[in-house]
Amino acid sequence: MSDNGTLLSVENLSTHFFTQQGVVRAVQDVSFSVKSGRTFALVGESGCGKSVTALSLMRLVPYPPGKIVSGKITFEGRNLLGLSERRMRAIRGNRIAMIFQEPMTSLNPVFTVGNQIVEAIRLHQHKSRSRAWDLAEQMLHEVRIPDPAHRISEYPHQMSGGMRQRVMIAMAVSCKPALLICDEPTTALDVTIQAQILDLLAELQKQNQMSILLITHDLGIVAERADDVAVMYASKIAELADCRSLFLQPLHPYTQGLLKSVPQLGFTGKRLNTISGIVPEPLHFPSGCKFHPRCPIGCNDKRCQTIEPELRRVKDGRAVACWYAPGYERSDDIKV
Amino acid sequence: MNTDTADKNGCLLKVEDLKTYFPIRKGLLRRSVGYIKAVDGVSFKIENAATFGLVGESGCGKTTLARSILRLIPATSGRITFDGADLLAADPSQLRRFRSEISMIFQDPFGSLNPRMTIGDIVGEPLKVHRRISTAELTERVCQILSKVGLSPDSVNRYPHEFSGGQRQRIGIARALILQPKLIICDEPVSALDVSIQSQILNLLKDLQQEFSLTYLFIAHNLAVVQFSCDNVAVMYMGRIVEQAPVAELYNNTLHPYTAALMAAIPKIQTSKQTRKHTPTGEVPSLLNPPLGCPFNPRCTFAAGPCFTDIPPLKPVLGKPEHLLACWHR
Repeated sequence: MSDNGTLLSVENLSTHFFTQQGVVRAVQDVSFSVKSGRTFALVGESGCGKSVTALSLMRLVPYPPGKIVSGKITFEGRNLLGLSERRMRAIRGNRIAMIFQEPMTSLNPVFTVGNQIVEAIRLHQHKSRSRAWDLAEQMLHEVRIPDPAHRISEYPHQMSGGMRQRVMIAMAVSCKPALLICDEPTTALDVTIQAQILDLLAELQKQNQMSILLITHDLGIVAERADDVAVMYASKIAELADCRSLFLQPLHPYTQGLLKSVPQLGFTGKRLNTISGIVPEPLHFPSGCKFHPRCPIGCNDKRCQTIEPELRRVKDGRAVACWYAPGYERSDDIKV
Repeated sequence: MNTDTADKNGCLLKVEDLKTYFPIRKGLLRRSVGYIKAVDGVSFKIENAATFGLVGESGCGKTTLARSILRLIPATSGRITFDGADLLAADPSQLRRFRSEISMIFQDPFGSLNPRMTIGDIVGEPLKVHRRISTAELTERVCQILSKVGLSPDSVNRYPHEFSGGQRQRIGIARALILQPKLIICDEPVSALDVSIQSQILNLLKDLQQEFSLTYLFIAHNLAVVQFSCDNVAVMYMGRIVEQAPVAELYNNTLHPYTAALMAAIPKIQTSKQTRKHTPTGEVPSLLNPPLGCPFNPRCTFAAGPCFTDIPPLKPVLGKPEHLLACWHR
């Protein structure tokens, strides 16, 4: 797993929430790796566990009720789950930074944006207040905020949603992180602003040799921006592949269904394809393969109903968790 | 697309030069010092049993327009004709009748259903308000409409929190349908839903339209969703319609730079990383201080001459009476 160029590798990560109603298995046995300088996308519908996976990487899962129950997260050669909280703080926000979906609520409304960026810089770098302020201004310039010298002393409410997300990005990349986790970075933004933000992230990635873990529900964004993809469904990875081959030839029935059901520009048919049924609730996951009640192939299959397929490597770096995927049964390579 | 049905049935809703302004009040006496022109001179009409799409980014006035049609927000000026009658001049009793014929589906399936009411009460309430019917009949109608939208009739005694987002949206649709309205205003009906659920709801809306010959005013920001659902589309920018055309024409022959920018900005599954088009620069200007001339000029690559001085009028494109455009450049 520790071949050259791998920045982050996650092995068999499981995060559970112990609630009064029962144990919510939000992330189950998730393994993937992010190569340096590349964009890895985690895609899935709401509640599938993609955000909890990201929070687990940062060790920000609220405890109680949440707890990382097993797994190994290797980042730059160290197991993050074995570090003390003090050591983890030195990595969090410094080597691994994160931006969130809501640019409205993730900034503090009572401080100027300059103050908030300076705080992040001074926490991790030994810089005087004025040097940090200069750097913050330069960061605002880098994220294409017009007139940074003036806007640095503005409050978040004086900025638009796109601007606020730029401030978040400036704050996140101010310490030149090796990994930037973007949790639905553009979901709250308009399409034209979304494109600008994604362009900006790509540019900063190139400039800083940064890896990006992109969490999204939008397959279009994945197709345009990611190098590798993991499709998550009901707390597990259903399919893992490089971006090109995933879209050319999806192996898991869930991925196939998703790709067919998204309305695309240029689609002229009378009806959209749909995946029947609804996403199962984490407290009441179905037995066997969690997708089987909605699956066109496996809904009446005895094996799919009873035995859950694990993620297996099938061919050229692709992995899938489906009994009916080509090459799946022959493969005994469980380690991904 | 629906030209033949249009001739037979005529138009259901006609909006002419509608303006909805909000005063900006300042100072101790709350004197009005100016206006936010949320909807600024919008005209369009919707044929019977057709779907008219309104697209635009947040803050462009789509929702204000929809609410002005329902008279939930008072319009400043203009004329709205619904089914041959003047909506803006309607007295309270007429308005009550209109509101039973126009209903609305909201974006947020979580915020638009009262958590303390059962599904039966939520869906049946419009009937109680607008029609005099017995409890037995009410229950029967509610069950009927619930099965039409794909929910089991025994969910009448359950509460909204027991349902998923997609199911809640179905409840909202059932509530909108129960009075058998002529026009349904769908305000971003799928943008809060998961991908695999979106297509189910879009198909459902289409099926219901066919079954009950409904007319939709479909508000969305996603051009791909609009293309699937609508017959005619109007693109709004800062309170005005900048381009309007039948759906196939708009997508095959995009003329306004803003429409083109919107289309280019949608992330597409088919394109590879290399073939991406350039994305528009800048942001939507503030409505408090709109630019002089064409409102799109600060972001437009073609802006020159009259673009900076005069607002372009919405006019038919030469040779295509159905394709309207507001741009000096073309």
